[in-house]
Amino acid sequence: MYGNAYIENNGKELNSLTANEDPIKLAEFEARIAAGEKIEPHDWMPAEYRKQLVRMIEQHAHSEIIGALPEGTWITRAPGFRRKMALMAKVQDETGHGQLLYNAAETLGKSREDMTNDLITGKSKYSNVFNYPAKTWADSAVIAWLIDAGAIVNQLANSKGSYGPYCRALERICAEESFHLKYGHDNVVFLATGTPKQREMVQDALNRWWEPIMHFFGPSDKMSVHTETLMKWKVKMASNDDMRQTFLDMYVPKIWDLGLTLPDPNLRKNDETGKWEYTEPNWEVFKQVINGNGPCNKERLAVRRKAEENGRWVRQALLNKNAKYVAPLS
Amino acid sequence: MKIKSLDPRVTRSNIDEDTQEGILNPLDHFETYEVFEQRKRGIHHVHVGSVHAPSAEMAVVFAKEQYTRRGQCVNLWVVKTSDVFVTEYEDSDIFETTVNKKYREPDAYKVIDRINAFKERNAKQNA
Ligand SMILES: [Fe+2]
Ligand SMILES: [Fe+2]
Repeated sequence: MYGNAYIENNGKELNSLTANEDPIKLAEFEARIAAGEKIEPHDWMPAEYRKQLVRMIEQHAHSEIIGALPEGTWITRAPGFRRKMALMAKVQDETGHGQLLYNAAETLGKSREDMTNDLITGKSKYSNVFNYPAKTWADSAVIAWLIDAGAIVNQLANSKGSYGPYCRALERICAEESFHLKYGHDNVVFLATGTPKQREMVQDALNRWWEPIMHFFGPSDKMSVHTETLMKWKVKMASNDDMRQTFLDMYVPKIWDLGLTLPDPNLRKNDETGKWEYTEPNWEVFKQVINGNGPCNKERLAVRRKAEENGRWVRQALLNKNAKYVAPLS
Repeated sequence: MKIKSLDPRVTRSNIDEDTQEGILNPLDHFETYEVFEQRKRGIHHVHVGSVHAPSAEMAVVFAKEQYTRRGQCVNLWVVKTSDVFVTEYEDSDIFETTVNKKYREPDAYKVIDRINAFKERNAKQNA
């Protein structure tokens, strides 16, 4: 699961970043994308296209791996055997998504070891929502339903992008996400239609998660960096606000349907514009959290590092000294 | 060791949260293997992706976990990525075919006009 790529504003217009590219090759490349064809690993591509894609696919991969941590802690405490099995399957899926995506990013020239190092040293980003704790079982239910729902909106859009290996990974991922969504919805419905105590639990979880969910698609288009070229190259497939609108349109009615409320008095659909209106989430908080100051950032990275350290002796025992590095094919 | 609780909020693993260094060296996660899956008997194996693994045997184990979790597979092949010889997209003109190779296509063979003319001629002769 995954929110939106956090595109860093380096102060440069993307157009100026293609200034050094061969204009004929650039024109052919853009024509191929405009015609709906995919770009494959060994094709010529602008340096900026490669850089932005590596960053985006890598962030996505990290999000799958780190995203499995808050849910993973609930496996031992999930109520009942069936939910434990289902949650284990979901967590395994997410880890698998991470691996598929690392392989896709590797085809662009960055090794999995480098990506993992950049994750655990805090150099790379991942989706902001996973820096929050899953306090109760209801949090785990809300994550599986609504965070995965948000991820599906994003992943479906990106699967229509221009880079072949990323699209292929996303198609496989989207197929599996439908189980996550159903499983999460089932858990939320079970609590929302249960005892007053259970309803209270799920309402509390919703209140806690609403701001991170609103942050999930990234800052409003009004304040985000110039993304025209990335849209033209089909690296970014929809604006942050458009994806947020799609999400609100699909899920707010389903939440209200269960008699649950959302902690935003201004949230409503404007019948004239067909758009959702809401209180602008606090983007200062978002920036603070994504830059390492959220409630769980340090713990998430430490757990990831420890897993790598704990597994090292097994990997060392299996290491083949004659191995040569070759990027995966596609 | 006796575990007091399975709740990770109670039993903490006391991990040091302040290490700054990267800990992986090149190839610590092994080479990659390309994975080919046959979904049922009678159809071709199809390339589905790749896995990192220290050997072909482990590649099969990882490929089974990664690509066949939901059944629908009867056979797997794995092959080291470095052993696959590939063509470049840049050279894809080698697959172009020209009009003078039309004789390869089934629709280059049109016999019906000739058969009809032959039948007509015969009919006239026998009339
Ligand atoms: Fe998921
Ligand atoms: Fe996922």
